[in-house]
Amino acid sequence: MSRTPPPDCTRHRRAVLLVAGTLALLLAAACSAPDTGGLNFYVLSEPSGAFEAAAEDCSTDEHPITVQTLPADADQQREQLVRRLAAGDTSIDLIGMDVIWTAEFAEAEWILPFEGQAAEDAVAGRIETAAETVMIGEEVYGAPFTSNTQLLWYRSDLVSEPPATWDDLFATSEDLAESDEPSALQGQGNRYEGLTVFFNTLLASAGGSILTEDGEVGLEEEPTRRALEIMRTYATGPAAPDALSTSLEDSARLAFEEGSGAYMINYPFVWPSAEQNAPDIFEELEYTAFPSVTEDEPAEVTIGGINVGVGAFTSDEEAAFEAAACIANEDNQRRAAIEGGLPPTIEDLYTDPELEEPYPFADQLLEALQNASLRPKTPRYNDVSLAIAGTLHPMGEIDDDTYAELVDNVERALAGEGLL
Amino acid sequence: MSQLTARERAERRLGWMLSAPAVLVMLLVTAYPIGYAIVLSLQDRDLRFPDETRWVWFDNYATVLSSPQWWDVVTATVLITVISVAIELVLGFALAFVMHRALVGRGLVRASILIPYGIITVVAALAWQFAFDPTTGFVNAWLGIDRVWFAETWSSFVVIIAAEVWKTTPFMALLLLAGLVLVPQDLLNAARVDGASWWQRFTRVTLPLMKGSILVALLFRTLDAFRVFDSVYVMTRGSRGTETVSITGYETLVVRLNLGLGSAVSVLIFLLVIAIAWLFVKGFGANAAQQRGEV
Repeated sequence: MSRTPPPDCTRHRRAVLLVAGTLALLLAAACSAPDTGGLNFYVLSEPSGAFEAAAEDCSTDEHPITVQTLPADADQQREQLVRRLAAGDTSIDLIGMDVIWTAEFAEAEWILPFEGQAAEDAVAGRIETAAETVMIGEEVYGAPFTSNTQLLWYRSDLVSEPPATWDDLFATSEDLAESDEPSALQGQGNRYEGLTVFFNTLLASAGGSILTEDGEVGLEEEPTRRALEIMRTYATGPAAPDALSTSLEDSARLAFEEGSGAYMINYPFVWPSAEQNAPDIFEELEYTAFPSVTEDEPAEVTIGGINVGVGAFTSDEEAAFEAAACIANEDNQRRAAIEGGLPPTIEDLYTDPELEEPYPFADQLLEALQNASLRPKTPRYNDVSLAIAGTLHPMGEIDDDTYAELVDNVERALAGEGLL
Repeated sequence: MSQLTARERAERRLGWMLSAPAVLVMLLVTAYPIGYAIVLSLQDRDLRFPDETRWVWFDNYATVLSSPQWWDVVTATVLITVISVAIELVLGFALAFVMHRALVGRGLVRASILIPYGIITVVAALAWQFAFDPTTGFVNAWLGIDRVWFAETWSSFVVIIAAEVWKTTPFMALLLLAGLVLVPQDLLNAARVDGASWWQRFTRVTLPLMKGSILVALLFRTLDAFRVFDSVYVMTRGSRGTETVSITGYETLVVRLNLGLGSAVSVLIFLLVIAIAWLFVKGFGANAAQQRGEV
């Protein structure tokens, strides 16, 4: 080995300092959450700032609440949360939970049940179905905050009489297609949660359920076959939009705003969006209840929304329960509804004069929510949903064998077995 | 070699001491997780119910290997890998020649060729998805057709492979360029004097001398392509039969929180990657070493 020149000490020292400094910073960052009594509220990023305002209003000098934003996509919110909760992260005090997480989080003991008066208050005045989304057995695992469900939106220049049932809708589509008018129903057909939601709505409306009350596989043959038949008819007839097998809530909205389609099943966010982006379409935009499967029996549309739960590893339970109740209170629900376009869970707010202007469809929405169906409450909800969306996608290829395949896949998902 | 002086021994010890932190860090960040994944893969374990963990030994592997879904995703992954790497190799050579021969603005040419590689994969995948979307995209308008690209299996593969090729050909070209500049111009001139055609000079002189670089480029790209995740996740989420092994691993492990089964999938991916690397080094690398010996 040849002799190396003496090292340039100043430069090395500087490098060492740099490394040491970086390490110190990293350490400081890792330890920078000293317990000061502050509470962290983990919730999806909501652009209007309604959640931040709620957090501020519910902050006290002793327990200031900081909003920690999660991704907009519900799957990614859950992925981030579950890993931290499984590791017992004590910085998670309050969680903005999608309604489908309750069973999983509760059974894994990642959230705490509300007790006594707090439990009663959490669900007081709430729409019954919204209250059900936080219940596991008799226990209350969150304060219902915002809600959501789908309506049928249609263009009055194309559709004079809104279809009440799926059969009506398919017939109207045929007529529109024959006269070379846009005949599509924009909906959600991609392989994702939205497809499970669609299936759940159809199945519940046909009188079936994915799981039975005791958590076994439901999927009663007659209603399930009826739901599958509607899905196939939809995907293979003139009501199918071009990109059905890849469509999401937002791509459906976009396509509808561009004039492709006579109607759309979607959440109320499409109303202000059309007003802003597509004034011509907005002028003709009307709404009605989600099409039903059987005549005279209203559809049981799947309920969505966010509940405020208390993390099991919080350092201050009492403060966290109080804050959860406060964030989901009437004032904050009103603000989230007006500023953020997120429908409330408190029933009385649907007749609130302040909500009249932004929610002209408040009556229909409340009716849909009162009659809504829940997605199955099981800690393995994600497995079940993956199995359903995976089996039914694309809807155009549903056939007679799909039913048996669906039952088999949901059974395996529920047992946590095999690949999906 | 055996007669080390005291000074050499001291230097060797210093060398070990200096590299020890790096070795320890490597053990910590690679060996430990791999070992832990292997342990997990032998258990029935769910992140939600850590108390219900039990040893099932090779059951998870049996479940994965006996499920038709697994072989479907392996086939899809191999398809994406083979086709995209083959196209990248040809295009990479063309671009490497352009970069090598560029007389004016060499820096500009090289920089502009590298732009796609500099773009974050997720961003590139979203750009491709939007471009091929029937509502917002421009591709259908350009081609004058009305196709829903991600609604069919073959067209989904076309877009995914095209996006992969667009994104990583620059990387391939860069590695090939590194090999190309090593080919001595004298040798090419001598071959030309001997009357070798352009094609003969390329296949008989340039290619053999570049074998080492080609091996490295192919190996890197094959391993990368085999683990493809971002593009497919963004564009199809694995629907229409485009699911790759990485997406299966992610869904089992991260979405379903099935640590046992998911780790088994991860370990199988790891073994497949090792097999690919071994194949390259054994089947191709020995030759490359021989070639180097001859030169």
